[in-house]
Amino acid sequence: MAWTRKILRVNLTQGSCVSEALNMEWAAQYLGQRGLASRYLVSEIDPKVDPLSPENKIIYATGPLTGTMASTGGRYSVVTKGPLTGVIACSNSGGFFGAELKFAGWDMIIVEGKAPTPVYLHIENERAELLPADDLWGTTVWSTEATLKKRHQDPLLRVSSIGRAGENQVLFAAIVNDLHRAAGRSGVGAVMGSKNLKAIAVRGTRGVGNIADAKAFMAAATAGKKVLAENAVTGQGLPTYGTQVLMNVINEMGALPTRNHRDVEFEGARKISAEAMHEKRASDGRAHLVTNQACFGCTIACGRISRIDETHFSVETKPEYWGANGGLEYEAAWALGSANGVDDLEALQFANLLCNEDGMDPISFGATVGAVMELYDLGILSKEEIGLEAPFGSAEALCRLAEMTARGEGFGKILGQGSKRVCAKYGKPELSMTVKGQEFPAYDGRALQGMGLAYATSNRGACHLRGYMVSSEVFGIPVKTDPRETAGKPEMLKAFQDATAVVDSSGLCVFTTFAWTMNDIQPQIQAACEGEWSQESLLQMGERIWNLERDFNLAAGITGKDDTLPPRLLNEPCKTGGSKGMVAEIGKMLPEYYSLRGWTPDGVPTAATRSRLGL
Amino acid sequence: MQKSLHIDPGKCTGCLQCEMACSYEHTGAFNPSRSLIKVFDFHHEGRKVPYTCTQCAEAWCLNACPVEAIKVDASTGAKVILDAVCVGCKVCTIACPFGTVNYSHETGKVQKCDLCGGDPACAEACPTDAITYIDSDWTGLERMRKWAQKTDSAARV
Repeated sequence: MAWTRKILRVNLTQGSCVSEALNMEWAAQYLGQRGLASRYLVSEIDPKVDPLSPENKIIYATGPLTGTMASTGGRYSVVTKGPLTGVIACSNSGGFFGAELKFAGWDMIIVEGKAPTPVYLHIENERAELLPADDLWGTTVWSTEATLKKRHQDPLLRVSSIGRAGENQVLFAAIVNDLHRAAGRSGVGAVMGSKNLKAIAVRGTRGVGNIADAKAFMAAATAGKKVLAENAVTGQGLPTYGTQVLMNVINEMGALPTRNHRDVEFEGARKISAEAMHEKRASDGRAHLVTNQACFGCTIACGRISRIDETHFSVETKPEYWGANGGLEYEAAWALGSANGVDDLEALQFANLLCNEDGMDPISFGATVGAVMELYDLGILSKEEIGLEAPFGSAEALCRLAEMTARGEGFGKILGQGSKRVCAKYGKPELSMTVKGQEFPAYDGRALQGMGLAYATSNRGACHLRGYMVSSEVFGIPVKTDPRETAGKPEMLKAFQDATAVVDSSGLCVFTTFAWTMNDIQPQIQAACEGEWSQESLLQMGERIWNLERDFNLAAGITGKDDTLPPRLLNEPCKTGGSKGMVAEIGKMLPEYYSLRGWTPDGVPTAATRSRLGL
Repeated sequence: MQKSLHIDPGKCTGCLQCEMACSYEHTGAFNPSRSLIKVFDFHHEGRKVPYTCTQCAEAWCLNACPVEAIKVDASTGAKVILDAVCVGCKVCTIACPFGTVNYSHETGKVQKCDLCGGDPACAEACPTDAITYIDSDWTGLERMRKWAQKTDSAARV
């Protein structure tokens, strides 16, 4: 079974917490987590709803493998309509919260309405109650977690909460659990803030014991762990260097977006790379990186634990930041660094700490700073308007803007609206490096053609985690393709997108797919879950999820015209490096992609496609 | 050969595979709250430390038990709780200097590591060898070997 078969429905307007049976028909079609929560969301909200209104709902969903011994089986997803994008938002987080929710006996929590005053949800196994959070409002994620553990006299409590960014409805506010793991993207934290819901604190002691075929599951999970251990990426590269292993690699390809995508190579990349995190600092003789760390059940352990330089200007008078703490992942290092031309590793770490402490997506925050710096460079934004000088490369500006945005001070309130709204406000919408309102992550869509198509078609706006074409175009997993080439990319992308939707619905981490194929994943799902879960049915389920999300987005008001990239990526060729002269050739790939998806030339799923997928 | 659990915190990533393996072995469910080994995260030091019963030779818990519910497993040396005898008085939890015997309100008995009868599930599950099950007379052997290698500097030239 693996599902607990129970949903907690929380109505904040009424102040009620009610247990419901999980819809097992839907579970058979959508598995769990991303897929199943999306199925609930689309059936319960009007796609045109204002994301920050009480009519929007927000769902916290585990997968059937969450809380099991399957490696990486600790994920949960937050699904809602996203305020940054106006389309479906689905943000995935690791850490320990997801497993704890499952151990308490819940597959998911559906939160609706809006509390009249700030509250938090406290769950202890089957008991769930809303408690006042007036004293927590205005405090950080870190402080909220510490306060709740103390209040409930429970050091084993797991907490998922928003900081001041979510309260202030920063449109890229994140939900952070276990201090520095985040459901990071699309502004899910702002939705939580709009509902006056500060935190969810869970303690579960029931465990996950309802595995369909426990013996087969243990064998499949053990075999899976062996594959991860023996793979060069998941067994060595990620534990040693983390995702930051990419920084120098992507830069050397001329695929590292730099200074709001003006450039594709960053002269300071090495200084903010994984290798730099391992080197001893001149100031104190210690390395920036302390150790790696695993999320729940993960045998890869790519997480970074870093220690900031106590003598750095950002923290020299702030000892509260001096200890070991969540470190830079590649996306954060890119967005806070290369995207702004900042090559000061310690400044990046400070901004990263603030993103964790007050719950902001470092990708969208950093990329929006990049847009602000370009507007400043062009003379459109002045020092007076921003409140400080903000040239490309300014570590001081990065750190200060992080504080201002997290706390809702001055220009931070504007920056917190994200790149699309900032650039529109100052009359330069074309300078926003976004798709469907969401900022790009750390790969240039001109240098990697498949990634360009992945960004244009992602159901949650620009995103690397919906179809990670980098895997093929850079690493050759499962096969090497030429990043300059467009031929064959639509077909490969569709396969990646569908398979990723399966992984995101299972409770597993997508990073396993550097080593795992469906041959490794399917036996674990099959053994854990009752019913027939063939590879074919799983991949069709992935396709079903993709089309379900697409239908929601179309009903929310997007069209095929939104499946595109900013003019800079379409018209301004890469200036240097291996990608010199390249632009994103979306037009060459999109019609074929639509056709492979069974969509009309306008990007709408046909009746035949819907019927084939049971939609 | 008598074996002991040997813990090397420097290798621990905090993944909790050991806690799941332990609870699965003893309760049939993945349930860290019922694990007899716990991983502690000293977050701001960047250290994770697995900790469980060290199976003292002169066991405080065993000596304190008023009903003789703790016995030595002759094959492993583990101090094992006899559930049928334990009355849940918790005196052993007071006696143990390390906190590794704990009461379970679900069973009304105390619980502690029993070395899984000689094949500890935690060591089996640990992906980084932070927990191993090795010759109890030579738990320092690997550390000695590392230092020994450094000692004869002439040999490395």
